[in-house]
Amino acid sequence: MSGPISIQPGETFTLNVGPQHPATHGVLRVKMEMDGEYIVQAETVLGYIHRMHELMGENRTYPQVLPNLSRLDYLGAMGYTHGHVLAVERAASIEVPERAEYIRVLMVELNRISSHLFWFGAFVMDLGGFTPLMYAIQDREHILDLMEAVTGSRLTYCYFRFGGLYNDVDDDFIGAVRAVIPRLRKSLKKYAALVTGNIIFRKRLEDIGPISAEMCRKYGATGPVARGSGIDFDVRKNEPYSMYPEFDFDVPVYHECDSLARYKVRMDEMEQSLRIIEQGLDKLPDGPIMPKKKPKLIKPPKGDYYQAVETARGSFGIRIVSDGSKNAYRFKLRSPTYSNMHLFDEACQGMMIMDALAMMGSLDLVIPEIDR
Amino acid sequence: MDLTIFNAVIAVVIAIAFAAANAAYLVLAERRGAGRIQRRPGPNVNLFGMLQPPCDGIKLMTKQLMIPGGADKALFMVAPVLAMAPAIMSFVTIPFSDTIVAHSMDIGVLMIFAFASLGGMSILLAGWGSRNKYGVMASVRAVSQNISYEVPMLITVITVVMMTGSMNLREITLSQAGGFWNWNIFPVSMADGNFMLQPLMPVSFLIFYICSLAETNRAPFDLGEAESELVAGFHTEYGSMGFGLFFMGEYANIVIGASLITILFLGGWDCPLGLYPGVWWFLLKIYLLIFSFIWIRWTFPRTTIYGLLNLSWKILIPISLFNLLLTAGLLKVF
Repeated sequence: MSGPISIQPGETFTLNVGPQHPATHGVLRVKMEMDGEYIVQAETVLGYIHRMHELMGENRTYPQVLPNLSRLDYLGAMGYTHGHVLAVERAASIEVPERAEYIRVLMVELNRISSHLFWFGAFVMDLGGFTPLMYAIQDREHILDLMEAVTGSRLTYCYFRFGGLYNDVDDDFIGAVRAVIPRLRKSLKKYAALVTGNIIFRKRLEDIGPISAEMCRKYGATGPVARGSGIDFDVRKNEPYSMYPEFDFDVPVYHECDSLARYKVRMDEMEQSLRIIEQGLDKLPDGPIMPKKKPKLIKPPKGDYYQAVETARGSFGIRIVSDGSKNAYRFKLRSPTYSNMHLFDEACQGMMIMDALAMMGSLDLVIPEIDR
Repeated sequence: MDLTIFNAVIAVVIAIAFAAANAAYLVLAERRGAGRIQRRPGPNVNLFGMLQPPCDGIKLMTKQLMIPGGADKALFMVAPVLAMAPAIMSFVTIPFSDTIVAHSMDIGVLMIFAFASLGGMSILLAGWGSRNKYGVMASVRAVSQNISYEVPMLITVITVVMMTGSMNLREITLSQAGGFWNWNIFPVSMADGNFMLQPLMPVSFLIFYICSLAETNRAPFDLGEAESELVAGFHTEYGSMGFGLFFMGEYANIVIGASLITILFLGGWDCPLGLYPGVWWFLLKIYLLIFSFIWIRWTFPRTTIYGLLNLSWKILIPISLFNLLLTAGLLKVF
């Protein structure tokens, strides 16, 4: 609830939320100028876990950078490596077998669900409800087990290769995914009954933390944050890549602009991801997972290449400027949470601290991805 | 009951032992209950985790008590004691059965509320004394919450007192004897041959129940220690047994709250069918109520401070005032 504030000079105090604070989910620091419980001004301070991934991208060969991409967003790593392989494949003109692309989409969507599930749990925990986190983690565990069986890792995947995949999926995996889908559908229904319909939960989110569409455009917000503010933009639909044009899925958009809208967008997205996975399993073609002809050393011709993908948090862009050598000349990442987070400074002015932190939870911040 | 010094000492020792044992083992019950609700076992080593509370106690007692620099030492040290002591004092006047009561007082209800208000004081002192911004914000929240929930709670109690004609907890229980239909929670009562009709009694029960949750700072009203916003609220700076006392005080307060609900609305030690009344019924009722508290805590998200105050001032207080008027009118009629 934003209320009228009349500030007397000298009657405010500074509150440092973070860098170690339960609400920031990582080492983000928010310097808040407070008038009692009301926030007069907030300033997000970054840089506590900056690791220079972009510079590393310029000093290493393209395959060497691949694992770095999954260290950006540890909850939805698959989407980020997808962006990198797509960009390099476009730059070096590498053909990708159809089966590999289908499996990539499957994996990215599975990862999107696991990421949203974890966000769901953490978000409800921000609002003070502990139990949904445990349920969400249990459901996520099924997905992580599936992915571990194929990719070999649970969070920081390095599964995609330029031109294909590291490992093919077998019938066991496909059967297991088919078994998990109805279980997840059942869980989503349970969450709707336990959390979405809860009166306290709704009261805490409805009309709280409004972010207008203009503000989203101003800060470049994408993903569920923008779709919760009525901007119908999803890279999978608007700039189709990979095999997404082959799939039939909807992009959930809500026009309420409040925290509940962003929550609903993500909950609906999980259902849509399940639809994509079902179709992918039906359509999965046979064939190789790596191209027959692939250059030993990847040296894209001179040029400027850009690829955007829709990750769990929004539009992730990767720009590679190649000078024809085995390293990139310029390696620029455009991470969605970085833009989404900067909304917070403006949007939380005049809000009470508990509403502001609930809104921060609805932005789905993953700090290593902001401070990359 | 004739009160000699010897009797008083024994009664107080039993009250303290009961409060401490409850506080220690309710923590275990809470953790086990939370575990069940969250599909995990909870502490289950050594006889279903029965050794967990002593272990926790030893751990807390052997830790160093850190006093943050710049804190008000006196207030910082007094606050945890003030959290635990009133809760123990309140046990003195609670009748567990017809005979088991440390000291039956004619102003029992008043005394318990007086001590319950001191609990709010301890939170205020803890937050203020520890010189922590989160602590101060949390204590201000907790105090405004306690004040606004004591009002509807007391008005509801006045309703019950009017119907019973006594502030003695023992007499309030006795007036509900003889089966569940006589309990104050139900609209019709025929205790002692007096027919009484109060259609809003279930509403009073609900108001009192909600207020008890808010008074004990339990979820969904745990704004004083909203850990996702205010780190740990008023006890952010407390470690060692300072924290332990706050923790035990919270659970002792829960027992008091459940006991009050039981006595005022659920017939105290009375059996639902009027058979074998005794202390076991009282304990059964309070532990069922405590279980419902635990259940609520692990199910609902937290409310907001303004939502909480709005609920009290705009909904609970008007309803309880109307209830009071209605009771007065009905008492005149019957």
